[in-house]
Amino acid sequence: MNNKKEKNVILTTLEGVPGQTIMEHYGLVQGSTIRAKHIGKDIMASFKNIVGGELKGYTELLQESRKEALERMVEQATELGANAVVNIRFSTSSVAQGVAELFAYGTAVKVES
Amino acid sequence: MDALVQILFFVVLLILGYFWGRYFEKRHYKSILRREKKTLNIPIVNFGAKQSLIDVQEAALFAGSVVISIDYFKMISAAFRNLVGGRVTVYESLLDRGRREALLRMKEDAIKWGANQILNVRLETATIGGSSGNNSGPGSIEVIAYGTGVK
Repeated sequence: MNNKKEKNVILTTLEGVPGQTIMEHYGLVQGSTIRAKHIGKDIMASFKNIVGGELKGYTELLQESRKEALERMVEQATELGANAVVNIRFSTSSVAQGVAELFAYGTAVKVES
Repeated sequence: MDALVQILFFVVLLILGYFWGRYFEKRHYKSILRREKKTLNIPIVNFGAKQSLIDVQEAALFAGSVVISIDYFKMISAAFRNLVGGRVTVYESLLDRGRREALLRMKEDAIKWGANQILNVRLETATIGGSSGNNSGPGSIEVIAYGTGVK
């Protein structure tokens, strides 16, 4: 999760960053991705639906879109001048048949130790 | 003749789903139990809003996700259960497996990073319809488990 781009931004699901105090508060930042089912993966998935178990193709898709949503959120936070995002939550919703949205939101803050 | 082929196809799918589904589920549970035992030393803790934060050096977000599907036999048996109502036990094991697997992936990711505690873990579940074509309820679920690892 901690790749180069996000290294300077601390992400947590807590109210603050442990060991540091919140100096400034920038409000809500958010990022979302909408993804559709992939035809090729869908065919594989329908085979897998017979025997059950993990759908690896979809898991990868979910992971990618989760990263993408987080990245967009972090981008928004850095634009505001924040160096941490606290109280992060994920949310999913289906937009249309076979189309799903993954949504990440949190509070952008500036912290200092 | 056409109907006979269709029935035969249905029965084959049912049998295939029953045996392979059971086999995969057993194997999955075995791996879940083994990994849960291995990661038992890292506690998962939830904090209230008024509680002061613990004193640690570093914190980072970790997430684990999984998309897991139900087998054909269970799908049909759930459809029958829908007629009479009541507990759909076949779906319970699906959700249980999905959540535990997602939690484990998050935990393993955090352990690799060197976490000694995981705080404020949340779970998010969504259904992503059955296989294309038939519309027989949720065929698969996706679970995201996320929390803050600290060290």
